[in-house]
Amino acid sequence: MYETAIGMEVHLELCTRSKVFCGCSTNYGGAPNSQACPVCLGLPGSLPVLNKRAVEFAIKASLALNCEVAPETKFDRKNYFYPDLVKGYQISQYDKPIGRNGYIEFEVEGVTRRVGIRRVHLEEDTGKSFHDVAAERTYLDFNRSGVPLIEIVTEPDIRSSAEAKSYLEALREIMEYIEVSDCRIEEGSMRCEANISIRPTGSSDYGILNEIKNIGSLRGVQRALEYEIKRQTELVSSGGIVLRQTRRWNESELKTEVMRTKEEAHDYRYFPEPDLVQLVIDNSWLNKCRSEIPELPRARRERYVRELGITPYDAEELVADRALAQYFEGVARLGTEPKLAANWLLSDLRRELNQASLAIEQVKLREAGFSELMVLVSSGAIGSKTAKDILGELVHSGVSPAAYVKEKGLAQLSDTSEIEKFVEQAIADSPKIVADYRVGKERALTALVGVVMKLSRGKAKPELVNDLLTQKLNKGRL
Amino acid sequence: MRLTPEQVQKVAELARLQLSLDERERYAEQLSAVLGYFNMLNSLDTVNVSPTSHALMLKNVLREDQVRPSLSQQQVMSLAPELSGELVAIPRTFEG
Amino acid sequence: MKIYELNASEIHKGLRHKDFSAREVAQAHLYRIEQTDKDLKAFVTVTTEQALRAADAVDAKMSRGEELHPLSGIPVAVKDNMCTTGVKTTCSSKMLESFVPPYTATVVNKLEQAGAVVLGKTNLDEFAMGSSTENSAFFTTRNPYDLERVPGGSSGGSAVAVAAGQAVIALGSDTGGSIRQPAAFCGIVGVKPTYSLVSRYGLVAFASSLDQVGPFARTVSDAAWALEALAGHDPLDSTSVPNAPVDWSQPLDKGIRGLKVGVPREYFADGMEPAVVKSVREAIKVFECLGAEISEISLPHTSYALPTYYIIAPAEASSNLARFDGVRYGFRAEGATNQEELISLSRSQGFGPEVKRRIMLGTYALSNGYYDAYYGKAQKVRSLIKQDFDNAFSQVDIILSPTSPTTAFKVGARVNDPLSMYMADLCTFAVNLAGIPALSLNCGFVEGLPVGLQLMGKAFSEMMLLQAAFAYEQTVKLPQLPVFKGGLPNV
Ligand SMILES: [Mg+2]
Ligand SMILES: [Zn+2]
Repeated sequence: MYETAIGMEVHLELCTRSKVFCGCSTNYGGAPNSQACPVCLGLPGSLPVLNKRAVEFAIKASLALNCEVAPETKFDRKNYFYPDLVKGYQISQYDKPIGRNGYIEFEVEGVTRRVGIRRVHLEEDTGKSFHDVAAERTYLDFNRSGVPLIEIVTEPDIRSSAEAKSYLEALREIMEYIEVSDCRIEEGSMRCEANISIRPTGSSDYGILNEIKNIGSLRGVQRALEYEIKRQTELVSSGGIVLRQTRRWNESELKTEVMRTKEEAHDYRYFPEPDLVQLVIDNSWLNKCRSEIPELPRARRERYVRELGITPYDAEELVADRALAQYFEGVARLGTEPKLAANWLLSDLRRELNQASLAIEQVKLREAGFSELMVLVSSGAIGSKTAKDILGELVHSGVSPAAYVKEKGLAQLSDTSEIEKFVEQAIADSPKIVADYRVGKERALTALVGVVMKLSRGKAKPELVNDLLTQKLNKGRL
Repeated sequence: MRLTPEQVQKVAELARLQLSLDERERYAEQLSAVLGYFNMLNSLDTVNVSPTSHALMLKNVLREDQVRPSLSQQQVMSLAPELSGELVAIPRTFEG
Repeated sequence: MKIYELNASEIHKGLRHKDFSAREVAQAHLYRIEQTDKDLKAFVTVTTEQALRAADAVDAKMSRGEELHPLSGIPVAVKDNMCTTGVKTTCSSKMLESFVPPYTATVVNKLEQAGAVVLGKTNLDEFAMGSSTENSAFFTTRNPYDLERVPGGSSGGSAVAVAAGQAVIALGSDTGGSIRQPAAFCGIVGVKPTYSLVSRYGLVAFASSLDQVGPFARTVSDAAWALEALAGHDPLDSTSVPNAPVDWSQPLDKGIRGLKVGVPREYFADGMEPAVVKSVREAIKVFECLGAEISEISLPHTSYALPTYYIIAPAEASSNLARFDGVRYGFRAEGATNQEELISLSRSQGFGPEVKRRIMLGTYALSNGYYDAYYGKAQKVRSLIKQDFDNAFSQVDIILSPTSPTTAFKVGARVNDPLSMYMADLCTFAVNLAGIPALSLNCGFVEGLPVGLQLMGKAFSEMMLLQAAFAYEQTVKLPQLPVFKGGLPNV
């Protein structure tokens, strides 16, 4: 039997406004080569000036991953040639990363796993190249050149492809939560590479490492690792030897293939970046960054279940979207019963949002309004059907639910004599359904309730309608 | 420290320079002479000396995260030796 | 007196007295360039139109009665490794032969803001790598004192422009002596400021931790005006110091009575031309007569400066010059069929032999397995060299030495022997490694060739160096312009 050791290397684009060493915008979607300047084009004579927020994001990411933050650090040049690397070197961090010796915890099939974080460092992104095979040309766009990245490297603590996927999900959730990166793997703001080796179970030596690059999706990560585990296991158990290679995941053929062997490995000639000065992260700066980190998802989920009585499933759903969780907490803080609020948020409100393709932040119905609506529902002032019907309107208009209900006369009818009139009319208008009821078809009652609700334009309190109908119909039978 | 033409060739590859056989020989000789001169540094005991990468002791030079105007696309494109639409063009890249 | 013979303070006075217009001053210098540059070859690009436009702007300003900056209307030349919007910036390399930057170096901006009239861009050793300007990919600049000789380098074009009266002030860059050594060879003043005093933004980097821009001038006073205009914090250069403790309001003629002058024995040792040493010793006597206290000192690690420099500078250069790959700008080789080939062909064809030599030296010094022995070791020795100066400046105010071991050598004499060429900067490397300021000024002639005296001071002691140099200059009153050998017209 063999066991697997996987280490992951993840690059995240940080969501600063400007690039890491110049003032160019980091926005997506600009015309090609329209967000570049002498610095991020690497024009001769240009010099980098470090973006403070990029450093703070790297510090926050390190803290959120339980890393030690370097009190003193610096930048280094990583020298290699590539057409999308404008200076012939990448400004990165070599021997003094901003964060080191951290860990991340996450659940895999109900079991808590801890994976060590070896380092978190800040560096710059390259431009983007597009290959035109037919024209035998490569085309370059430098809008992404100089966008800040953090590189997060784990210890080889990951044991399976499923764990690798869970690690990436947990990492993404944390980074989105602390708002340092939007972590969109398909758009390239999150990029994953894996190191993988297998060894006989119980052996203490790791086998030969293989690097896998070019993985473009979470599913791709899992598949590539599964493929690689299988490939290496088969190779070793048939007496073969795993060669040290860098391999690439071929998404269309669902296999890994050789990119380069160890012999062609890079010699990056790292040395301290002389165009930048030392970076000192003192306690007051560190504490300021720490104070800006919100409660992290895992802790928040546990608190929802433990203190607010939310089901683990709902807690998961709420916490998965930081803005929604924030909204939920606001509503709960105003005294709304958390379970009720969670139900409404996750089903009805979320449906409205999807239909209107709105983010929760854009909704006009804020926490106080939503809370008011919950009070209207739980006190019986309006029926839940009414509440559902008007939610769409409230989300867009932002008027107070109570005022809206009053203005539109939507308050639930609980006056028995009023409802009785509708009940009598319904019985009179629907002889066939009444006949069905009489022969014992229980479903007929529901249909009659529907008729009454329609006649009352939804305002009759369903429980009362039910009672009155039963009374009347049964009376008639006597 | 003597550099062989083969070592010169390896360094040239790292630096993305193509050298003729002739140049390899000549550079091997010239660089060996210079490297030989460097050996005098070995006579200095620097065990307890910390390195100076900068004569300057500035720290934490940072800028606020503010967007400033970029060059115009036209300016960027006008520098490039070959264009394709709004992109800089080069011969095809093998690795992808 | 002809206009091109005037120094900046004389031109400033003349402009204010309406003796001549800024346009006339510019025209006189452009004409001087036209007359002499066929022989001297100081300029890569002359920007006649822009210069006249800038001069007209100064004249317009004057006619509106506005106050003139001391550099307004002063013709300046800029070493062609500083970026100028819309004007070719070649670094005297085939790699950038037709490169027109979309931005301007901070130092050039500052001069233009002050109203200086930029006449053009001057020749240099390719990417500032050299000591003779023979490594220019275009042509060799000639020494105005003897056209058979080199002007020094790498800022040879700028030094010659000032020495020959083509420009009043010029910008050079100094990584290991590239301002001071050509200033010495051409008999003028050249200042290498404290590292971080002058912005490097827009200076095409050679060795980032050593490079510094500074002025050439024919008088100490002109150099002081130029330096003041160049100095100051630049938010675009992270290594630019925010509040430099230099008091520009101090008078130049403060005198040097009681100034403690150190004479380092290591700079008068073997390898120095005896006649050069003699001239410098005589200059030191002048300082003594002016009331300075002379003492012999020791900078024990001086001989290690050359190997240290030739590890650090090429290492940084190998990385700084990696951006020249034929992809986004500059020279692109033809016929490449893939990107690997595009990069290596463009670099092989675009760089000259000395640049390649240094790129390889630097690449080797940083490569796997050699970093500690070379780059790492050199960084440590750099600390020792810096320490030498710290110790010395606890005893003395300034240090005097020759600027170069020799006077200007013959064109072609050292081109095939890199090591002997590297020796030409023997006296100047240590200053860059330590980041301190130094200036060179003429202290006499040996067989008709100028000899340079180097003054070194502690960080940000520029005013003290200028005051000392001024005291010497006013006492000895050496001629400022050469009588050309080789039949140059003295128009
Ligand atoms: Mg990286
Ligand atoms: Zn930029």
